[in-house]
Amino acid sequence: MNVYGIRAIYKFEMARMWRTLMQSVLSPVISTSLYFVVFGSAIGSRMGDIDGVSYGAFIIPGLVMLSLLMQSISNASFGIYMPKFSGTIYEVLSAPVSFVEVVIGYVGAAATKSTILGLIILLTARLFVDYSVDHPIWMFLFLVLTAITFSLFGFIIGIWADTFEKLQIVPLMIVTPLVFLGGTFYSISMLPPIWQTITLFNPVVYLISGFRWAFYGISDVNVLLCAGMTFLFMVICLAIIAMIFKTGYRLRS
Amino acid sequence: MHPDISVTNLYKTYASGHQALKDINLEIRRGEIFALLGPNGAGKTTLISIICGIVNHTSGTVLADGHNIASDYRAARARIGLVPQELNTDAFETVWDTVSFSRGLFGKAPNPAHIEKVLKSLSLWDKRDSRIMALSGGMKRRVMIAKALSHEPQILFLDEPTAGVDVELRRDMWELVRRLRESGVTIILTTHYIEEAEEMADRIGVISQGQLILVEDKHTLMRKLGKKELRLHLQAPLESVPESLSDLQLELSEDGTELVYTFDTSEERTGIATLLRRLAEQGVDFKDLRTRESSLEEIFVNLVKAKV
Ligand SMILES: Nc1ncnc2c1ncn2[C@@H]1O[C@H](COP(=O)(O)OP(=O)(O)OP(=O)(O)O)[C@@H](O)[C@H]1O
Ligand SMILES: [Mg+2]
Repeated sequence: MNVYGIRAIYKFEMARMWRTLMQSVLSPVISTSLYFVVFGSAIGSRMGDIDGVSYGAFIIPGLVMLSLLMQSISNASFGIYMPKFSGTIYEVLSAPVSFVEVVIGYVGAAATKSTILGLIILLTARLFVDYSVDHPIWMFLFLVLTAITFSLFGFIIGIWADTFEKLQIVPLMIVTPLVFLGGTFYSISMLPPIWQTITLFNPVVYLISGFRWAFYGISDVNVLLCAGMTFLFMVICLAIIAMIFKTGYRLRS
Repeated sequence: MHPDISVTNLYKTYASGHQALKDINLEIRRGEIFALLGPNGAGKTTLISIICGIVNHTSGTVLADGHNIASDYRAARARIGLVPQELNTDAFETVWDTVSFSRGLFGKAPNPAHIEKVLKSLSLWDKRDSRIMALSGGMKRRVMIAKALSHEPQILFLDEPTAGVDVELRRDMWELVRRLRESGVTIILTTHYIEEAEEMADRIGVISQGQLILVEDKHTLMRKLGKKELRLHLQAPLESVPESLSDLQLELSEDGTELVYTFDTSEERTGIATLLRRLAEQGVDFKDLRTRESSLEEIFVNLVKAKV
């Protein structure tokens, strides 16, 4: 195991975050705050409780997930896209590092960043809404597992993308709708039965459901199923990345 | 002792269908400076990139210090340092950080003393805290060399190290390469300049259209290639080379205003004195003369022609 290699990549990526602190932390915090103001305080005060939880508190797990997903994907995809774009990737390709080590370095850093960010957003939410966390350890585990999984997903996008547009398009066109339709703002049980079934094909439903359970002990879907689905998605991402490195897809001509 | 680099039956066809390398066989000896010469698009960078693990090869075998670059890539790559042709550097990192990063990436424990030594030897010590984007092109190239040397490679690849570099830096670069060789590093460099190869290399390989058309000891090669031209600009144009001078290697330019004499620089007697004397005897007057070394391009053309 090339531990120094992993550490070098990890440190490099974390340094990038400190340089872009404003963009990395501030903008998601501000946009999430806006959601809390609009949906939590303004509209939320006119909404009834859902499963005994105030609307403002109900949307917190979903909003944290939204930021977590977007940030994980954008951190990780940007982290590997940039060296490809600037050409500095040659060094990683010529170094005695295995794909596992490269992934630990890049994805580890991206997941660290988005986990920290998720926690910051949770603290920010506290300023707007009162909430409790029933299962803090599970909450943290879900946070980390999701951050890792979607950083892996972002890593794949970063390798696949050969233009900046492609880099943006997946988070914007796919992830945002999935999150909004994944039960951030409503409980699945509020949907007509046919839509409830369709919704179950949306992987984000499991993330939000499981995460919300860690907060309030309520869940649309079985918690173990939630954890299992997240884990499955992670394994799929890992398998794809292994294939990418094996074939050199978009990395080695 | 086995060679430091051993390439056997190497082929490369890019996804575009372009065959960039055809049956390359090459051995680089421990501690030598090997210059790879070839015109644009010959396949120099492709060959280097395959050995360093940046490009996949289509078929064939490459060993670095006896380690297969595919199956035993860790051992192979740990021994190799690469300074690529393009100036691909980070922008926001400092010189110190980027060079330390390279060392870590190649699996070496931090060693600030070594990094300091490398930066000083490349006159980058004053710039260690500067961001790379604030450096000039020549300094960036030195940063790339520093990165390659940061992990103490046994084999160093320099892909056109002196392209776009001023005379002084080029001299520095040559000096550095010599010092590295003295410390036991094997060096493979590519260049378009035959004088550079002449100055530095122990052996020279010439690659053209993906084929390694010759590998030769420098001195042997220079003897073969060291052709010069003497061009005499005549007072009055001639119809043809005078019959009485036909035993000399003379050619007439198309417009008849210049006589071209080709000679071998490495010969004891170039025959110039004889030529001038006989021209005077024949009453052929000229108003100007100049000499010209055959360019690398011409040498390639001749070599490739000779091969076909
Ligand atoms: N990624 C690629 N895809 C397709 N063709 C490529 C690729 N990279 C290089 N080639 C082609 O392979 C051939 C060899 O290119 P290479 O870069 O190895 O040449 P070179 O000898 O280094 O040239 P130069 O002196 O200009 O640097 C060229 O015809 C080039 O167009
Ligand atoms: Mg080249």
